[in-house]
Amino acid sequence: MPIQVLMPALSPTMEKGNLAKWLKKEGEPIKSGDVIAEIETDKATMEVEATDEGTLGKILIPEGTADVAVNTPIATILADGESAADLAKVPPAPAKQEKPAESAPPVEAKGPAPAPAAPAAPQAVAAPDPEVPAGTEMITQTIREALRDAMAEEMRRDPDVFIMGEEVAEYQGAYKVTQGLLQEFGDRRVIDTPITEHGFAGVGVGAAMTGLKPIVEFMTFNFAMQAIDQIINSAAKTLYMSGGQMGCAIVFRGPNGAAARVAAQHSQDYSAWYSQIPGLKVIAPYSAADYKGLLKAAIRDPNPVIFLENEMLYGHTGEVPKLNDFIVPIGKARIARPGSHVTLVSWSMGMSYALKAADELAKEGIEAEVIDLRTIRPMDSETIIASVKKTGRAVTVEEGWQQSGVGAEVAARIMEHAFDYLDAPVLRVSGKDVPMPYAANLEKLALPSVAEVVQAVKAVCYR
Amino acid sequence: MAAPKKSAAKEPTAETGNGSIAEFTKEQELKALRDMLLIRRFEEKAGQLYGMGAIGGFCHLYIGQEAVVVGMQMALKKGDEVITGYRDHGHMLACGMDPKGVMAELTGRRGGYSKGKGGSMHMFSRAENFYGGHGIVGAQVSLGTGLAFANRYRGNDFVSLTYFGDGAANQGQVYESFNMAELWKLPVVYVIENNRYAMGTAVTRASAQQDFSKRGVSFNIPGEQVDGMDVRAVKAAGDKAIAWCRAGKGPYILEMQTYRYRGHSMSDPAKYRTREEVEKVRHDSDPIEQVRNRLLAAKITEEDLKKIDAEVREIVNAAADFAQHDAEPDPSELYTDVYRH
Repeated sequence: MPIQVLMPALSPTMEKGNLAKWLKKEGEPIKSGDVIAEIETDKATMEVEATDEGTLGKILIPEGTADVAVNTPIATILADGESAADLAKVPPAPAKQEKPAESAPPVEAKGPAPAPAAPAAPQAVAAPDPEVPAGTEMITQTIREALRDAMAEEMRRDPDVFIMGEEVAEYQGAYKVTQGLLQEFGDRRVIDTPITEHGFAGVGVGAAMTGLKPIVEFMTFNFAMQAIDQIINSAAKTLYMSGGQMGCAIVFRGPNGAAARVAAQHSQDYSAWYSQIPGLKVIAPYSAADYKGLLKAAIRDPNPVIFLENEMLYGHTGEVPKLNDFIVPIGKARIARPGSHVTLVSWSMGMSYALKAADELAKEGIEAEVIDLRTIRPMDSETIIASVKKTGRAVTVEEGWQQSGVGAEVAARIMEHAFDYLDAPVLRVSGKDVPMPYAANLEKLALPSVAEVVQAVKAVCYR
Repeated sequence: MAAPKKSAAKEPTAETGNGSIAEFTKEQELKALRDMLLIRRFEEKAGQLYGMGAIGGFCHLYIGQEAVVVGMQMALKKGDEVITGYRDHGHMLACGMDPKGVMAELTGRRGGYSKGKGGSMHMFSRAENFYGGHGIVGAQVSLGTGLAFANRYRGNDFVSLTYFGDGAANQGQVYESFNMAELWKLPVVYVIENNRYAMGTAVTRASAQQDFSKRGVSFNIPGEQVDGMDVRAVKAAGDKAIAWCRAGKGPYILEMQTYRYRGHSMSDPAKYRTREEVEKVRHDSDPIEQVRNRLLAAKITEEDLKKIDAEVREIVNAAADFAQHDAEPDPSELYTDVYRH
């Protein structure tokens, strides 16, 4: 029977790709290992190799087709002795990869029931931003492009700004965030480093102590644990230890938190870790506009800034104001959705659960006010407290762990400054207290879910 | 390239090193003597103040190693950067930082270089291009490499002098830095001050390769062992290494074979070595005595030398006096300098 070639998943986060080019024609013989097509993923252009031998029978997806879902049949290969007439025998393609039966999720004695399903891929939705003048033209771009543009604009503006990290130059960024920067700025300012996080973080800090403004990209913040001594002991503390003589204007950026199916060592959320350190600023945006405006602000800030991105959001699009110099102030939260019954506080990927939950809750008559913290440190207590004084209830949502987490900090501040306004204890929805598992079902369970947020909100609303 | 292998355990003498000892003029000898004496008297006074409780926390004295920083300082030019670890008082004085400001930082007073907020291990001077004073063993090596990176980025011809000890030489980031420095041809002289003990652990017990000048071999970084007790040998090696860096040839390693007379810190009873060992180094190869003897042989009188010593003592006493009478930082300083606005 003819063999189907399916659109392959070429990265942990790839859901669809573009069929850039066919390198074999119908009727051409194919050996195992031959490159038959080129696929553009959200990160790179990849070659697809044949794993079977035979003849390319039929091309099902013509080249130039965009957004082909993973597992879509893209061609058929005829085995020896088969002819075009056999093509009809091809079985219907599975619409989706068959899933193993999900085992019943473990039921905890207490706490919210596990979510039935993870949320669908979020759109980076954002309410109008007060920083943007009314009538401003908006352009739609991916978060990846917003980050790139922010860096390019700042590098054009200030010759002391440069970027260094693994694969930032010739490879165009491990996640394509630095695409085109090498071509525009050259290898003096776009610098590929060896795989040496501790070392290049220190080199960046040393350069910053002389007044340069490095952007240090970590391929992910998981790898920055190798460098955390330089970030905390050297970058964050030097201004204080030098009595104000020697500061350090540096941005450490890269993807943070869980991507997809990359398990415990590559899925950690560092928001709480860095947010404890005086001397650091910690930013974790959600919307495309905030990614751009806050990265520009971070690069201009005279202090060390931890800029936490989310790999799952890189490919998501949003509206970004078309302004010459769009800056979002560090340390200001944003009310992403106004409401009066309960305050939801979140940031970065957590916002996707919070906003979806708010939609669900609205159907049941509960209007949630959703606050996007955007900056974890300094934390905009004012916006949180003002909202809680209005709603009397609050739930925090984060992918990170609960103990000593950012949600815990938010809850403490609410208790300290709005205790008398609370009608219920603050609840936290968070990642579960386990290392991130690999299995798809367990990973889903380890992350927060929309259902958990809905349930927590109902609990604080006594519904 | 690397000098012939020598046992690192061998005590440093005037004969070690690559033999290219520059003859000093009388003026250079006098300057070296004065600068080394300032460090020694300053450190002796710091030890005294520590004993009196005026200095707290950790305090690591540089006594015995004076020729290293003084010789290297004679080889660099204004604009070159200096960075080191926590045994940093000597480096700061050699850089020209005010002894009053350094001593007042040791006592935690507002007139200290860091307004009293850094202490012995964390002092900086933008004006003198001294980049610290770092308390985490080995961290200054990557930072110093970053200073060199900045020089290359700016296209100037300044050189970063990055000091660290035989203990720090076993930290991973040292080799990450070596790799990048050679890869990018960064102008950095790695000055490894081998004083034979990483805290209480002798080099022979901690280092598989005890010839530290060879620690850059796998990165193609040239290195030399230098008699770090002879200020002339240090200066000569420094001249050569700095010229190499200034010419854009990349990094250079100098292993300074030296010795610390005092304990690792003030609280170290130094039971890991004998009194005789210390006495022998002091007697045979003290860096200050070497210069004194040469000056005396060159017809400088004891009276002249005593005059220099008296001048130095006066500076140190004034620094100690200032450091004990200066006010503590204003309580409002607690919250300043956390962020730059």
